[in-house]
Amino acid sequence: MNLFNHQITPFEIYEIRVQDAENKKLLKISRKLGIGLNLEEMKAIKEYFQKKGRNPTDIELQTIGQTWSEHCFHRTFKGSIITESGEIHSLFKTYIAKATKELNPSWCISTFEDNAGIIEFNNNYAIAAKVETHNHPSAIEPFGGAATGVGGAIRDILGVWADPIVCTDVLGFGPLNYDYDKLPQGIKHPKYLFKGVVSGIGCYGNNMGIPTVNGAIIFDESYVGNVVVYCGCIGLLPKDKFVRNAKPGDIILLAGGRTGRDGIHGVTFASAELTEESEEVSRPAVQIANPIEEEKLKRAIIEVRDRKLGSGITDLGGGGLSSAIGEMAHRFSCGAHVDLEKVPLKRKGLAPWEIYVSESQERMLLLIPEKNLEQVLDVFREEDVEATPIGKLIEDKLLKIHYQNYQVAELDTSFLFNPPRIERSAKWSREISKDHSFPEPRNLSSYLLKLVSSLNIASREKVVRTYDHEVKGNTVLKPLHGESGGPNDAAVLKPLVNSWKGLVISCGINPRYGKIDPYWMAASVIDEAIRNNTAVGGRRIALLDNFVWGSPAKPDRLESLVKACKACYDFAKRFDTPFISGKDSLYNESPLGPVTPTLLVTAIGLIPDVRKAVSLDLKLPGNLIYAVGPTFAELGGSEYYRLKGFVGSSVPKVRIPQAELTMSAMVKAIDCGYLRASHDISDGGLAVAAAEMAFTSNLGMELHLKNVPRAKDVNRNDFLLFSESNSRFLVEVPRHHATEFESLTKDAPCTAIGKVTKEQRLRVYGLKDESVLDMDLGELFFAWKHGLEIEI
Amino acid sequence: MKREEIRIFILRVGGTNCDEETKRAFRDSRMDAEVGHFNQLVKEKNLLDYDALVIPGGFSHGDYVRAGAIWAKQIMAKLGKEVKTFVDEERPILGICNGFQVLIEAGLLPQFDGISNFPEAALGANIPAGYNCRWIHLTNESNGRCVFTRRIRKGSIIRIPIAHSEGRFMFSKECERKYLERLLDNDQLVFRYCQHDGKYPDGRYPSNPNGSFYDIAGICDPSGTILGLMPHPERAYYGWQLPDWTKNDKIPAFGDGRIIFESVAEYLTKKF
Repeated sequence: MNLFNHQITPFEIYEIRVQDAENKKLLKISRKLGIGLNLEEMKAIKEYFQKKGRNPTDIELQTIGQTWSEHCFHRTFKGSIITESGEIHSLFKTYIAKATKELNPSWCISTFEDNAGIIEFNNNYAIAAKVETHNHPSAIEPFGGAATGVGGAIRDILGVWADPIVCTDVLGFGPLNYDYDKLPQGIKHPKYLFKGVVSGIGCYGNNMGIPTVNGAIIFDESYVGNVVVYCGCIGLLPKDKFVRNAKPGDIILLAGGRTGRDGIHGVTFASAELTEESEEVSRPAVQIANPIEEEKLKRAIIEVRDRKLGSGITDLGGGGLSSAIGEMAHRFSCGAHVDLEKVPLKRKGLAPWEIYVSESQERMLLLIPEKNLEQVLDVFREEDVEATPIGKLIEDKLLKIHYQNYQVAELDTSFLFNPPRIERSAKWSREISKDHSFPEPRNLSSYLLKLVSSLNIASREKVVRTYDHEVKGNTVLKPLHGESGGPNDAAVLKPLVNSWKGLVISCGINPRYGKIDPYWMAASVIDEAIRNNTAVGGRRIALLDNFVWGSPAKPDRLESLVKACKACYDFAKRFDTPFISGKDSLYNESPLGPVTPTLLVTAIGLIPDVRKAVSLDLKLPGNLIYAVGPTFAELGGSEYYRLKGFVGSSVPKVRIPQAELTMSAMVKAIDCGYLRASHDISDGGLAVAAAEMAFTSNLGMELHLKNVPRAKDVNRNDFLLFSESNSRFLVEVPRHHATEFESLTKDAPCTAIGKVTKEQRLRVYGLKDESVLDMDLGELFFAWKHGLEIEI
Repeated sequence: MKREEIRIFILRVGGTNCDEETKRAFRDSRMDAEVGHFNQLVKEKNLLDYDALVIPGGFSHGDYVRAGAIWAKQIMAKLGKEVKTFVDEERPILGICNGFQVLIEAGLLPQFDGISNFPEAALGANIPAGYNCRWIHLTNESNGRCVFTRRIRKGSIIRIPIAHSEGRFMFSKECERKYLERLLDNDQLVFRYCQHDGKYPDGRYPSNPNGSFYDIAGICDPSGTILGLMPHPERAYYGWQLPDWTKNDKIPAFGDGRIIFESVAEYLTKKF
């Protein structure tokens, strides 16, 4: 490469002297350029350029910085970890991907490889799924951060040629009544974040015309400083249209919105802790959303796909062009030549490196065989979308970036995609939380009322109604059920006109268990995601993992991550539910401390006929209520203990093979049509599940706790009512199916514990047949319906 | 004309997003429906080759300025002549949600004195404010003028979902009473929001989900061939789309929205 003197170039570019830089100087360079690389990495760069006999340009260092960031390369998950029980080479390979590899299901088409995981739907169609986090941007600018989070997830789906058909979102905030005086400088109030994030999510999905059908909102003290925003998207992909056969000579086409200074260094920002100065320093890292641009872009891309005019595609997300072009070249084992001045800009005056790393939204990169270029440009023109050829793939495995006829960067892809492996150590240093003993309270009704109105359980209607969950007209089982808007466990979609086959979408998340034990937290949320799916009739489940953790540079955070990953392997394997895609967001630390380790598991199942899906509302007085799955004295991290003011230690476990037998018995019962209603037992335990089923239907319930299948040591009514043991369901079975149902579930502990009543009351009798609850459904419904609303 | 010969053009532009499910509904009612971009209609296709025009829901051009405003101006500027002929020949036009907003902004509704150069009514920001996706009840108020509701008995209640943030139907305050009388006199009032028992909520939320004047959810032009409504009949076309279909032992085949598509099919088969 010809070295040039920046003084004679008609634009701004710098040569950075790394060849002869000392260690201190190297770190200073990393800091000054804002690329967040550590000494070892800077030394590797120095060595590379020493071999080349020249210094790098600013754009080259920026490209390396983006590509090697935690956000783009997942260094922690791919690096080495020294634990007390030995060294782990790559958490990802050792745990997450291992279950998938060992299960090796024939229906997994692409896992952890492309922008989204791809699984089979039927003979002709596949499903693509991706869930992202957008915590850091949302903490600075909640509306823009959340909206672009949705936009990014949608582009990931487009990035495998799939048509986005449904969005999911899971949000975590600090308590909405958090004391303003306790907020550190630079941290925004949970209520402000809540409003901004919710409207950002709604705005993007609604404007794109993609229904938002599943999600969760959770509240936790640790989210005050670290807001949590997960955005997911699922797409439909005709199998024969999944094209990735680009070769040298193919044109690199940049399509969609223009490139500007918004979103510079988003990935480095996302790979660092938030500080008091984040607002000041990182505001430009947050991108600006324009969903209509993406809607048009989507139409054009689907048209290009259907006419099979492209040879490859990827989205522009973290790292902008620098990461997209590099990854494409690397994936197709070739290089790329790019003329940066061809990139359409929002305004003049961007330096080449800014153009190359900008994360401006609504942009996609397509690879087009030259003979198809004119047709493709016509497609984009017809949709009023700008599309510009900016370069082509080349044989040599080099990235050659030109700007106004000067070559401004030349990097070997083999170097770019082989960053030095990082090595970190993990060590458990947390105190083990204790259990508390207290007498069984006399008035359990008041606890149930408090539980149904608590922030983590109360109705999400106020939020869910601001998301269009009906657009496309395919939502069969909705997030809000019927007039009362009861909480269905999972959403069911009917994506194809000519088929009754359905898609079942659910999730599991529980930070409270993460406070006690990350291993059982991960196991529990996997169980929760699967049982939510199972409750409505889903099976053949694929999972997505999304970790939100503190800084992996701190050994205790890393050890807890290791534990959670281990659970992911153990339970994905034993439930026969492979992980197909995932994403981690580390460095969630603020002046208030680290985020509670939080794993979101999204489950995607199938149902052969959507008309067999089961909702949570009771159907007919006189029908029997069964409790499926045993209850243990597992109240650690429960909502009941939270009311009592402590966390506890008896976190719910997942018991295999029991859990698996329960799930498969449920699916069989649904297929046979034995279940009229079904609801999973989770936050708030059996009592909350029963209350939700009852007030959703305006029918009452009479239950007898002494019949609830349980472990021997469960001898208190409050524990039976509020324990959050996993793998349990409450179901309604007509009397004429009782015998058949019981014989079907003989391997899973399951007993009739009561019946549906016409009278609109929830009546529960205790272990000694005494009355423990006798509550008016109207009162419960009112408390549940307005619990969150009054806080907003 | 046979049903299969009825040609429906579903118009879209950047930001339109309910076109596919609207097409599905027309096709299920055995009409020949196609979706096309506005650019196609300007450049290569002729609106007058079609028997009915549908402007589906979405956020045309991002709903910047006001919902539907930009697209309405664009349609009237570039296709004004064809649209006028279409209207004069009483070929039906249906505007759903964003389509209703476009028809109002384009002066095609309510058309008290022919196509207006300025909007005679408005679909303002909801009260309570914000986007709202929910199932609501409607009464059919039409005495038979509107060709989209001829198969619905007057006064009967249908259930359809809404999803919008700008759907508050209103006239300017000073003309409110006068215009309402004209709507009633001309048989232009088609749908009003109601409670599940059919009583009018008189503006009360949530039965009236957006604070619309006189609980108005949909109106037609004086000829009865142009209908604009905020609710989405295409989302209540099939039984499995209903919010509580699981209650039934046997799932109903269709929802209440279907009758709107069936009505216009009947009108077209008889008239042309």
